[in-house]
Amino acid sequence: MSSLTVSSLSGKKVKQALGKVVIFIIVLIGALAFVLPFIWMLSSSLKAESKLFTIPPQWIPSPVKWDNFIKSLTVLPFQVYYRNTAIITVSTIIGDVFTAALVAYGFARFRFRGRNVLFILVLSTIMLPPQVTIIPRFILFRWLKWIDTFVPIILPAYLGGSAFYIFLLRQFFLTIPRELDDAAKIDGLGPLRIFTMIILPMSKPALAIIAIFSFLFNWNDFWHPLVFLSSEEHYTVALGLYSLQGHFFSTVSLLMAAAVMAMLPCLVLFFLAQKYFIQGVVITGVKG
Amino acid sequence: MSFFLSLVEWDMFTPPKWNGFGNYITLFSDEMFWKSLKVTLLYTAVNVPLSLIIGITIALLLNHRIPGLSVFRTMYYLPSVVSGVAVSMLWVWIYHPDYGYINYFLGLVGIDGPMWLQDPVWALPALIGVGLWPVGGTMIIYLAGLQGIPSQLYEAARIDGAGGVQIFFRITLPMLSPVIFYNIVVGVIKALQVFTEPKVMTNGGPNSATLMYMLYLYRNAFKWFKMGYASALAWILFLIILLCTILLIRSAASWVYYEGEVRGK
Repeated sequence: MSSLTVSSLSGKKVKQALGKVVIFIIVLIGALAFVLPFIWMLSSSLKAESKLFTIPPQWIPSPVKWDNFIKSLTVLPFQVYYRNTAIITVSTIIGDVFTAALVAYGFARFRFRGRNVLFILVLSTIMLPPQVTIIPRFILFRWLKWIDTFVPIILPAYLGGSAFYIFLLRQFFLTIPRELDDAAKIDGLGPLRIFTMIILPMSKPALAIIAIFSFLFNWNDFWHPLVFLSSEEHYTVALGLYSLQGHFFSTVSLLMAAAVMAMLPCLVLFFLAQKYFIQGVVITGVKG
Repeated sequence: MSFFLSLVEWDMFTPPKWNGFGNYITLFSDEMFWKSLKVTLLYTAVNVPLSLIIGITIALLLNHRIPGLSVFRTMYYLPSVVSGVAVSMLWVWIYHPDYGYINYFLGLVGIDGPMWLQDPVWALPALIGVGLWPVGGTMIIYLAGLQGIPSQLYEAARIDGAGGVQIFFRITLPMLSPVIFYNIVVGVIKALQVFTEPKVMTNGGPNSATLMYMLYLYRNAFKWFKMGYASALAWILFLIILLCTILLIRSAASWVYYEGEVRGK
């Protein structure tokens, strides 16, 4: 932008170009440093055990041991852990999106007494960390005999879900013109039909953002499964990785292969939905 | 409910015993409580400012028109997509005293790297390092904030004869302050509750050097089943978080600059 307006003094231009080269090099080195752990993980996951302990480290594995991946998935019943994690993650996403949308619709479109107070109350629960309420929740679910089932992990998403998601969606709903509601009302649609036929279809990007956030959180969540699940057939991937780390037969290449597999869904999702990621982060940060 | 629990002594197997404020009194003489509080506050006090500085620096660098910008942006952002146990396992291997690449690179420049996670002095800095890896998540927010600053402001400042440093402190930072404020609040709340990394990487060791508050709470509640005592710990943590947030909001008036027209709702 500035190169057009600045005077054509060639000395200044050279200086600017040089500045850009320096910035480029700094950015490049930094970027490499940030992805190096990924490369290191992938490289370690494909190595024979004996090639892990060399100085200097061998960056490109030879021979390439693809069967590390098979071994890492079968040494513990990871197919069960993946299935469990998928069940928990999918059910929680549905709950999170559905509840947040319904509650946000209420806050965005209906006037009722104490609405603002209630909204602030909902927002203030963002400050109340889930870890702080874990003990009463644990005792409650133990009393209901639901410990070591998926219910304590999934159910909260259906009982109000996350205040953060509600806030995000309400802000988005407010940007949808009210005239659309009014037009639908004239056509004889009730509030529920307006919600399902107008508001929801128009909010697809925001709903996608919430689904993504919810996926990432639940897929990687270690805390809730650790507290609520105890028997191995109920383990999630996070718990599986944790117990794999403690096993005497697990080697570094196996651990790294398992880590690659666990991260893969998140990375794939990121590359598929990159647009929504950036949008979502920016909406929460700049408008929040 | 949680507060009531903090006033009893209860192992979940025998009926709860009323303990009044006994749990809170025990806290004050509990060496491990103070230790975990110190470690956690230290972690937060270093992690939050560092991720602020690094995040803004990268955002400023990426705010230039250089080739491959979107690729670089993705590379910085990528670590914030992954989290949890897998990440912690990866860093345990990276910090390996003999065969991890950090000590290898340090060796190349003639530094004999420490034992990192096994060293009481270096374990906490190592965890802080892991906490900085996903800094790309906040960087993206800063970048969006930077791009929202109207270019007329810069042009006007230049006409008035302001230099680069002056422009940064008088225009860029104030215009970015709402975003900085948001990131500090979120960062503090997150850092005070860090759990997965210390649990997986060090399990609080060596010699309790990385005994984070949440880890101590977890042990009390789910390892020793001291539910009443753990509830008291949870309440103290909540009060600390509340206090930090209130202090930050109070301080915001003096350094956060809001543009009138942006604040709508």
